[in-house]
Amino acid sequence: MKKFDYDVIVVGAGPAGSTAARYAAAGGAKVLMLEKDRDVGYPVRCGEAVSHEGVSQFITPDPKWIASTVTKFRLVAPNGNSVIPNLDGGGYVLERRIFDYELAKIAADAGAEVITKAYVYDLLRENDAVVGVKVLIKDQKTEIRAKVVIAADGVESRVGKWAGMDTTCHIKDMESCAQMTLSGIDVEEDVLDFYFGDSISPGGYLWVFPKGKSTANVGLGLSVDAAKKKSAIRFLHEFVERKYPKAAMLTHIAGGVPCAKTNPEIVKGNVILVGDAAHQVNPVSGGGIISGMIGGMIGGQVAAEAIQSGELKFLCEYEKRWHKRLGWRHDVFYNIKNAISRFDDSTLNNICDSALELPVEKRTLGAIFRAALWNQPSMIIDVAKVFVS
Amino acid sequence: MSQSHLMIHIVPGKCDYCGCCVGVCPEDAIELMESKIAIIEERCTNCRKCVWACPWEVIEFHREGVTELPKHTPQMLNEPVKFQ
Repeated sequence: MKKFDYDVIVVGAGPAGSTAARYAAAGGAKVLMLEKDRDVGYPVRCGEAVSHEGVSQFITPDPKWIASTVTKFRLVAPNGNSVIPNLDGGGYVLERRIFDYELAKIAADAGAEVITKAYVYDLLRENDAVVGVKVLIKDQKTEIRAKVVIAADGVESRVGKWAGMDTTCHIKDMESCAQMTLSGIDVEEDVLDFYFGDSISPGGYLWVFPKGKSTANVGLGLSVDAAKKKSAIRFLHEFVERKYPKAAMLTHIAGGVPCAKTNPEIVKGNVILVGDAAHQVNPVSGGGIISGMIGGMIGGQVAAEAIQSGELKFLCEYEKRWHKRLGWRHDVFYNIKNAISRFDDSTLNNICDSALELPVEKRTLGAIFRAALWNQPSMIIDVAKVFVS
Repeated sequence: MSQSHLMIHIVPGKCDYCGCCVGVCPEDAIELMESKIAIIEERCTNCRKCVWACPWEVIEFHREGVTELPKHTPQMLNEPVKFQ
């Protein structure tokens, strides 16, 4: 039998991939991480907000990748009324191009090798088993052998499909997103803004995340079902023309976010999926940085343990540990998301008004959630479903 | 030679390579690299999910087929690029 070049190949060097590479290497595995783009961390396809609590599990917050430190978030109802729920602990708006770079560096420091401009175009097979990847490195076709392949290839993941897992995101769960980084605008540096409403972003929300005093990521996501009638870019242009007509546009990007339950299969043979590729995104917020990193960490650890023990069947443990840590919660959130996305504008206005009737110190997310239940009792059934199914 | 049945067209030069279309494609019929994208004709069933998903309206559906449509951007631009 031919020798293996590596124990683990990680496809994709986003937060999930770099974290998987880091923990696999730290666990003693020989790791190679492949990135299809020239640069790790670029292009950015993200609103870039994370919680302090989430990110600190993996890396000490560093001013060089923090654009803004945020302490509150504001929910804006369709009629323009807004409520600021009380929060424990704040968060950050990141500079993802530096953040991702740092995470890749941490993986490299742990012993992982990294190659950029390396496009994986197929899996390498031997007797029906995956034994590595076929990759185009600077236009040169190469085959690299590895015992385990970790697919962190994002929303556009194909590695999982090649391994026999159905990773297609249903169009009702895919959020079609567009974002601009606008400069020369008035923003509150420490507040994340979320706008809701059918005329703003049906089946999703619009965000304004500050990056310093006069700059912000302004973006939105809407379900593909809603985007059939009108695309994300049109909704975004309308909002920006109305709200920030004089702004300078520094970036203009698009993207997709799989706001689904975790993919039904995230391990098959010796291939495991992490991050957006595994649909490890919080279905309510659409946030996937921290949950992807948690998936990456568990995936990397399990891969290293499987290699050390010589027992690749151990990879199944990844699925169990993920569901115990976060997967079960995403199932609950998914049902909540489905309920929220059915709210019409008047229900959203009512929820906001009920929250505003509460004394300021009692305006917690929990209280707003109770207001939502009061306005839409059928939501209880959606939430309950997860416990009985 | 059989006529192409393809009705999905990616407008050349307008794609941002974000991958939203690949994520919803049930047939694994889209090849996406750093700055190249193509429909894999043999696999595409013209289901239009990519058309709906594309945040930029870069993917179009043409019932009459796409063989007549341009597949590449012109290499040289004699006119300056117009921004909106």
